[in-house]
Amino acid sequence: MTVTSLPAPAQAPAAAPAQNLAASDIAALGLRESATFDRATIADIQRAAATGVYDIRGWGAKRKVPHFDDLLFLGASMSRYPLEGYREKCDTDVVLGDRHASRPLHLQTPVTIAGMSFGALSANAKEALGRGASEVGTSTTTGDGGMTPEERGQSKHLVYQYLPSRYGMNPDDLRKADAIEIVLGQGAKPGGGGMLLGQKITERVAGMRTLPVGIDQRSASRHPDWTGPDDLEIKIGELREITDWKTPIYVKIGASRPYYDTALAVKSGADVVVVDGMQGGTAATQQVFIENVGIPTLAAIPQAVQALQELGVHRKVQLIVSGGIRTGADVAKAMALGADAVAIGTAALIALGDNDPRYAAEYADLGSAAGFYDDFQDGRDPAGITTQDPELASRLDPVAAGRRLANYLRVLTMEAQTIARACGKSHLHNLEPEDLVALTIEASAMARVPLAGTSWIPGVQGSF
Amino acid sequence: MVTLTAPETAAPEAAAPAESDGGAAPTVVDLADASVRSLNQALHDAVDGQSWTITSPGGKHSLAVGISARVAVTIEGHTGYYAAGMHQKGDVTINGNAGVGLAENIISGRVHVTGDASQSAAATGHGGLVVIDGNAGARCGISMKGVDIVVGGNIGHMSAFMAQAGRLVVCGDAGDALGDSIYEARIYVKGTVASLGADCIEKPLREEHLAELAELLEAAGRTDNPADFKRYGSARNLYHFHVDNSSAY
Repeated sequence: MTVTSLPAPAQAPAAAPAQNLAASDIAALGLRESATFDRATIADIQRAAATGVYDIRGWGAKRKVPHFDDLLFLGASMSRYPLEGYREKCDTDVVLGDRHASRPLHLQTPVTIAGMSFGALSANAKEALGRGASEVGTSTTTGDGGMTPEERGQSKHLVYQYLPSRYGMNPDDLRKADAIEIVLGQGAKPGGGGMLLGQKITERVAGMRTLPVGIDQRSASRHPDWTGPDDLEIKIGELREITDWKTPIYVKIGASRPYYDTALAVKSGADVVVVDGMQGGTAATQQVFIENVGIPTLAAIPQAVQALQELGVHRKVQLIVSGGIRTGADVAKAMALGADAVAIGTAALIALGDNDPRYAAEYADLGSAAGFYDDFQDGRDPAGITTQDPELASRLDPVAAGRRLANYLRVLTMEAQTIARACGKSHLHNLEPEDLVALTIEASAMARVPLAGTSWIPGVQGSF
Repeated sequence: MVTLTAPETAAPEAAAPAESDGGAAPTVVDLADASVRSLNQALHDAVDGQSWTITSPGGKHSLAVGISARVAVTIEGHTGYYAAGMHQKGDVTINGNAGVGLAENIISGRVHVTGDASQSAAATGHGGLVVIDGNAGARCGISMKGVDIVVGGNIGHMSAFMAQAGRLVVCGDAGDALGDSIYEARIYVKGTVASLGADCIEKPLREEHLAELAELLEAAGRTDNPADFKRYGSARNLYHFHVDNSSAY
């Protein structure tokens, strides 16, 4: 959000005016802050009253929800023995899409790059994502706006999104893609369509999307030529026919009812199911949507895995999980719960240079601060990533940024391997729920692993 | 008549027509025997100038999808979903009715249906010409991006929803919410319009519109008088978020 007046201290400490008091000062003055009407809430009401429109921002859900932080691994000791931490082999590769496609993807790391559009991101940022991903042998993904030649050229494995808007969709690009991702929703806004505000609809972006320059683009939330799983099965059949059954077809859902949606995606013929939790990012969405629709990634994974297992296709139809993946521990936890791979978006942007403290003064000018900046919809990103402004975009060197992303992807992979070896696993895919315990009752119930030190999983019969 | 075999068991060239020069008789594929897969593979392997006749389509889905060569394909009978989907360059005629998503996302070339088309005809089409001699169902031209569509009969509700570019010509009547949230596409309707969608208005029919309408009607093989049509397009009031427009949604 853009803070124009009365910024909440939790949102923008760098720009905090005098009335933002430290907690100790508040206590000393005998002031009592309302838990219901906290300062951020009061600022939201004041902003709504002043403008008459809802707040639009980027990023994903910022509220605290049960997450991977609430899980711990049980390392090996006497009853399990570990692999030699720095020497013994722990593989990380993954094959995606071998259910029906004759050309499945074979990635060297299970950490992939999630769909983000040229339009939402600058051409340099897209190129950097392609460079970083290709350097470590993983895939990157287009977004709601078509495939650019730069992106195709720099991406060894490129997933082409098939969205309700069909902006820039054409059979030539479809056949150039290494995989097709049919997007039904995203975790930041299950049930919502894309949005790109006029500041970012430059001539090139408008041309690719067949839109007038400078309009506020609001994409459809339903596909224009199919509705429901029976139609989707026919649609997938059409895409397979057009690509001669070579190209893997993913189905991406925003996590809301992942048990049913995963089962229906499998029934519809998907090779890969992508489940994006509510912490997953967006370039522009109503804040009320981001924070109040969808379920946490942690809660979504076991439901999706259960659906795959009941249908006998777990590990045959691969599961990619996204939404709040930050560390190799998160990667390992998602995989232990049954994911075959993960996707990162927000973390990848941070690796490129998003929210870099060296732009602190400019973030302050925008009413934000490094570490808090989420106005991706505005197109004024000081780091040159979520912008179409040529001057700002030129700040991001795609080669250097690509290298930073590759570094980060390597760290995620090595961290996950470290944990896997400690659990005695020779491949990340060998991690399993039995390796995990939960720190909280909520996380235990959602992840369906026991509360640490107990054999209790709330909601699971006979777990005492 | 040739019978196409499954691609796993036969090299693609086995399905290609023996005679490919312009004057050659069309290759006939009978879908009572051949699979949809083998038909589409053969059409993807086809070269400019070839012609094909498909018999016994039986309402099958995804017929003649992804054509990318200047071939002529005639389908004798009814088709299921997505006939001639993502079509480029070629010329497809369906002597029958077409199911959902006829010529969806067409890029160029021509698709002609002599009967009726179900919903979402020419959805998201980027270019080319789609001619439907009969009626089209709901959402005809939804999200169209440059395709030209000529419908001899009526069209259903929510047609040209979010239509971005291209022309939609309706020689009969249009259903409810025509052109809802339309961008820069132009709509011509000869008959009645049940209702216009948000931000879609009637606009003056000027000389340049009469001229392009005459061209489109002629291209579709129709004899309607352009002067009998009314033109509809975007009021452009919803191009930007504004609090005063919130009641339009």
